Amino acid sequence: MITTLAIMALGAVVLGAALGYASIRFKVEGDPLVEKIEAILPQTQCGQCGYPGCKPYAAAISAGEVEINLCPPGGIDGVRKLADLLGREVKPLEAEEKPKQVAFIDEQTCIGCTLCIQACPVDAIVGAAKQMHTIVEPLCTGCELCIKPCPVECIIMQPIAENIDNWKWKYPVIEIKRAA
Amino acid sequence: MLQQLFSFKGGVKPQTRKAPSVQSPIGQAPMPVRLYVPLHQSLGGAPNPLVQAGEQVLKGQVIGAADGWMSAAVHAPTSGTVLAVEQHVAAHPSGLPTLSVVIKPDGREQWIARTPLDHRSLAPERVRELLRDAGVVGLGGAVFPSHAKLTAARTVPVEHLVINGAECEPFMTCDDLLMRERAEEIVRGTAIFRDLLAARRVLIGIEDNKPEAVAAMRLAVRRLGEDHEVVAVPTRYPAGGAKQLIRVLTGKEVPASKRSTELGVQCFNVATAYTAYRALAHGEPVISRIVTLTGNVEQPRNWEVLLGTPMREVVALGKPKADTSRYLMGGPMMGFEIGDLAAPVVKATNCIIAGSPTLFPPNPPEMPCIRCGACADVCPHELQPFELYWFARARNFGKTQEYHIFDCIECGCCSYVCPSHIPLVQYFRFAKSEIWSREKEKQAADAAKARFELRNARAEREQAEKAERLAKAAAARTSEKKVAPANTETTTSAVLPAAEALPVTDAEAVRKAKIAAAMERARAQRAAVLPRNTEQLTVEQKQEIAAIEARRLALLTSAAPLVGSPPETLTRPEHPTE
Repeated sequence: MITTLAIMALGAVVLGAALGYASIRFKVEGDPLVEKIEAILPQTQCGQCGYPGCKPYAAAISAGEVEINLCPPGGIDGVRKLADLLGREVKPLEAEEKPKQVAFIDEQTCIGCTLCIQACPVDAIVGAAKQMHTIVEPLCTGCELCIKPCPVECIIMQPIAENIDNWKWKYPVIEIKRAA
Repeated sequence: MLQQLFSFKGGVKPQTRKAPSVQSPIGQAPMPVRLYVPLHQSLGGAPNPLVQAGEQVLKGQVIGAADGWMSAAVHAPTSGTVLAVEQHVAAHPSGLPTLSVVIKPDGREQWIARTPLDHRSLAPERVRELLRDAGVVGLGGAVFPSHAKLTAARTVPVEHLVINGAECEPFMTCDDLLMRERAEEIVRGTAIFRDLLAARRVLIGIEDNKPEAVAAMRLAVRRLGEDHEVVAVPTRYPAGGAKQLIRVLTGKEVPASKRSTELGVQCFNVATAYTAYRALAHGEPVISRIVTLTGNVEQPRNWEVLLGTPMREVVALGKPKADTSRYLMGGPMMGFEIGDLAAPVVKATNCIIAGSPTLFPPNPPEMPCIRCGACADVCPHELQPFELYWFARARNFGKTQEYHIFDCIECGCCSYVCPSHIPLVQYFRFAKSEIWSREKEKQAADAAKARFELRNARAEREQAEKAERLAKAAAARTSEKKVAPANTETTTSAVLPAAEALPVTDAEAVRKAKIAAAMERARAQRAAVLPRNTEQLTVEQKQEIAAIEARRLALLTSAAPLVGSPPETLTRPEHPTE
């Protein structure tokens, strides 16, 4: 009887020690699901979802607190990818989808207040106090966060025009002709 | 020695239709009224413009410097005046504009100083640089910078140098005529490539439907005492694809993940070898190319055309027939339709075909795929176009990549044989460009994320530093207070009692005084400077201003108790009428 108990106790101690060791040795840093969700989000850091950046929104989705259709820059494609990843249902976007845009500062009107520089989440605006500011176009994510703080309304959003570098072959469409 | 030939899988045999354009020799196209030279004519980085509007340029002068190693320079095709550096419609399937240099020729054809060089007396590295700065790119149509292909792999010596004179596309004869007429220069250019790569054997592959070109090349090789082998390869489209020709001549199959140099093979077009020779031995950069003008025209022929010549002027040389409805750049298999003939001839323009409804009947409507597998039979890269088609059509791009869509060379064999007339290549091009653009977006998103995180880290650090500074200042103040009572009694009897008791208010007063002084200075400055644009006004204008001022003054005096400003500044107009 005592031997049996001793054997079981020993077994418990050994297995417990092994599990304890494994939990330290193979600890996963961070939440892998949050990272996967974040990889799908467009990283505009615009806050249109109601969270202060893409990562907090990813964390909230992972925790199951919010819907997956709150990200307008990600578009319906983003919603679809999130739905695939999480096994949730595809829902139409909350807000309307806009074409990709970049901010543009009218340099004649700019007074050099630096408010937009402070608002830009991705450091895409350069300038200094009382100097005119400008947007580094390739870095701009089009989040529109700089528009509100501007006291002289000199920032406008411009859709990115099609040019030779971003032109894409179109989906083949068959022309339908009326039979004579 | 009889060369053993191998075979590649698939391929088709369309009607070649090459005969009409080989009847006359290469013609020299007349000088156009304006040249529109696009700066980005090769793969890789877009060259930066080196000239400005109004500048005089000489024939062969660099107008766009190569941007980095993977790029090639662009040159002025003739001497003249730069009219503008502006956006002009490009020879591109999109028909969108690209940055181009507009040159008005002066007709003098004045060359830059040309220095003939012998590549054997130069370091290989220097030769590559020279080729890049002469704008030598693959003239078969891919316009890949040639100097970037002229380095052997570190571990594998180059066994075979393949020179591509196959020219498998129907209609096209520019390489054929070049080999017939300028064979010696091609052979000499080939020797440059051979020396740079230290290749053991040189194989020049020419499709056997061009016996004249084969004979001319053999003669040139013999006359120059080279040991290049000129091999006639069976005519089958796409034998002129680099990987296909390498397979036919050497039996080596280049895997998708490897470069051909890793297998000890490299491949160049005959026209590329020709331009490389001209660039080194004559100091002439690439400023023109041979263009086949054929199809629905009265006089099909090959023309040597200056780069930047509007296609409209080239097309006019052939006298297009009345029923010509559209124009293709490149061959009928891989080319694309040119929407606007204002587009210029570029390094990639090997052929311009005039098309009519009888020559190229409109595509019959697309029918459902019946899974006959004909496309897989003819695919030279052993892909499964019917599978790729389903996934591309469904926009399932991950799956298309699993089925190796990027191995597709867009040769068009699958579309050619499809009994359901499905434009397969169009689907593949669509899928490829969609995948590329998503890849770019992903990279941009990752970069944005990194910057966002950096910015947050910076904000945190700054906050911590500020807190530290404040804490230090507070500590300093408390220690100062402890020392202060001892000093005040002995030394500061002359200091005003207010300042002594409240140093903070004192500082504020000083600041206020400073602000007041600055405002006073600004006011004095404004008063001193008279607005310049009021000096040369007509009498009526002055009267008008006076009337406005009087009205303004009346308004201000009525509101004077509210506005506390002195009236003399208000008489000066803030925005005088002009």
